Amino acid sequence: MATREEVLEGLAEIVNEIAGIPTEDVALDKSFTDDLDVDSLSMVEVVVAAEERFGAKIPDDEVKNLKTVGDAVDFIVANA
Amino acid sequence: MTAENRTVVVTGIGAFTPLGGDAATFWEGLLAGKSGVRALTEDWAADLPVRIAARVAVEPGEILPRPLARKLDRSAQFALIAAREAWKDAGYEAPATDEANPLAPERLGAVIASGIGGVTTLLDQYDVLKEQGVRKVSPHTVPMLMPNSPAANVGLEVGARAGVHTPVSACASGAEAIGYAIEMIRTGRADVVVAGGTEAAIHPLPIVAFSNMMAMSKNNEDPEHASRPYDKGRDGFVLGEGAGVIVLESAEHAAARGARVYCEAVGQGLSSDAHHIAQPEPTGAGVARAIDDLFARNDLDRSEVVHVNAHATSTPQGDTAEIKALRRTLGEHLDHVAVSATKSMTGHLLGGAGGIETVATVLALYNRIAPPTVNVVDLDDDIDADIVRDEARKLPVDGRIAALNNSFGFGGHNVVLAFRTV
Repeated sequence: MATREEVLEGLAEIVNEIAGIPTEDVALDKSFTDDLDVDSLSMVEVVVAAEERFGAKIPDDEVKNLKTVGDAVDFIVANA
Repeated sequence: MTAENRTVVVTGIGAFTPLGGDAATFWEGLLAGKSGVRALTEDWAADLPVRIAARVAVEPGEILPRPLARKLDRSAQFALIAAREAWKDAGYEAPATDEANPLAPERLGAVIASGIGGVTTLLDQYDVLKEQGVRKVSPHTVPMLMPNSPAANVGLEVGARAGVHTPVSACASGAEAIGYAIEMIRTGRADVVVAGGTEAAIHPLPIVAFSNMMAMSKNNEDPEHASRPYDKGRDGFVLGEGAGVIVLESAEHAAARGARVYCEAVGQGLSSDAHHIAQPEPTGAGVARAIDDLFARNDLDRSEVVHVNAHATSTPQGDTAEIKALRRTLGEHLDHVAVSATKSMTGHLLGGAGGIETVATVLALYNRIAPPTVNVVDLDDDIDADIVRDEARKLPVDGRIAALNNSFGFGGHNVVLAFRTV
């Protein structure tokens, strides 16, 4: 089971790989769309990569609720 | 000039090619008679009947940041790099949607074509589906593989809102795009259009498919001499990849902003063969009708033409039919026309050919020098024209001169573009 810190660190690496945002800029309060240049298509990539990395299942209809990095961290920690 | 018949000029050029990653290096390579054809060393090529191709000289991954590159098919990567070069070369710093650029986005268009579209994306993602499953197929697949993707991405880059278009006509696509762009400006739909052709199809499936049509050279032992238009020993084309893009502009608009003008884009001639899906019409009648159409509908005299960048792909039938068409339409004047087949150096870029060969034609006029045709060891007896062989040749230094760029595509599409010094 990953800790919140580990999930945040992992998500930061995924966002860096997909959108080129420096890992230190991927903070809990950042919006994927508005702050991190992750559009709806790239968000699908983030979700698939996160599922693989953390062993969590993120259903398609849940993705729209993951607006900030914090939302994603909370969901993954609760469902991994 | 009325709004319906405005003069169009070329103000910017960009090229991403097997001979170099920008227009200047491409041009140097052409003048030096350099070949961009190499042996394919990838594992997948080992058992193919054709194991040679002309890869781009610079990998796009060295230029584009990874997050951007991974969302673009290779053909769109090439187009974007060439378009950025052309845009900057035309003196534009910012996109038209930026307030810093006085050009209204509603007066700017983009027309970029390819012959096959995002074929490597399509095939690679099908491999992902089969090998890694549904979840791993990239959500970017559709916007990457659609044939209009290079045009759309270039349009986004420069901020084009007058219209973004992609005419598709196999190996005539790039030329048809430039012809379409000239018409957009001539008829008043736009003041500036970024136009060209791109192709990225070096992948086992297209190679095998073309090879099974008996269209490709199988001279695997001697890559640099495999593309040999007009030579008796020619045995098919060599596949190349890359993009050529130009910035077209109404003469009035270019003059108002004091832009450097390379040449006039006089216009286009068009026809179709209605002969065969893949064979050229052997007498050159279809091509001749396109050339006649050019002179009938444009303010251009045959006597002004001093250079032709020929389609000449190095296939036995096609090269001969084109020369017959030139003889038929230009008559004795053809003896005073320097004919160059630059595919002898770049290979055949399919939909990208009209793009890079337009860049070559524009530079030939601007510098008044015709690039050579390499690998003509034993000229075919049927080639009744003045081929520029081995060495580049000076064009007339005085007076107004014009040049044609020919492109033909499977399906019987014939496109002839004309350019003229200003």
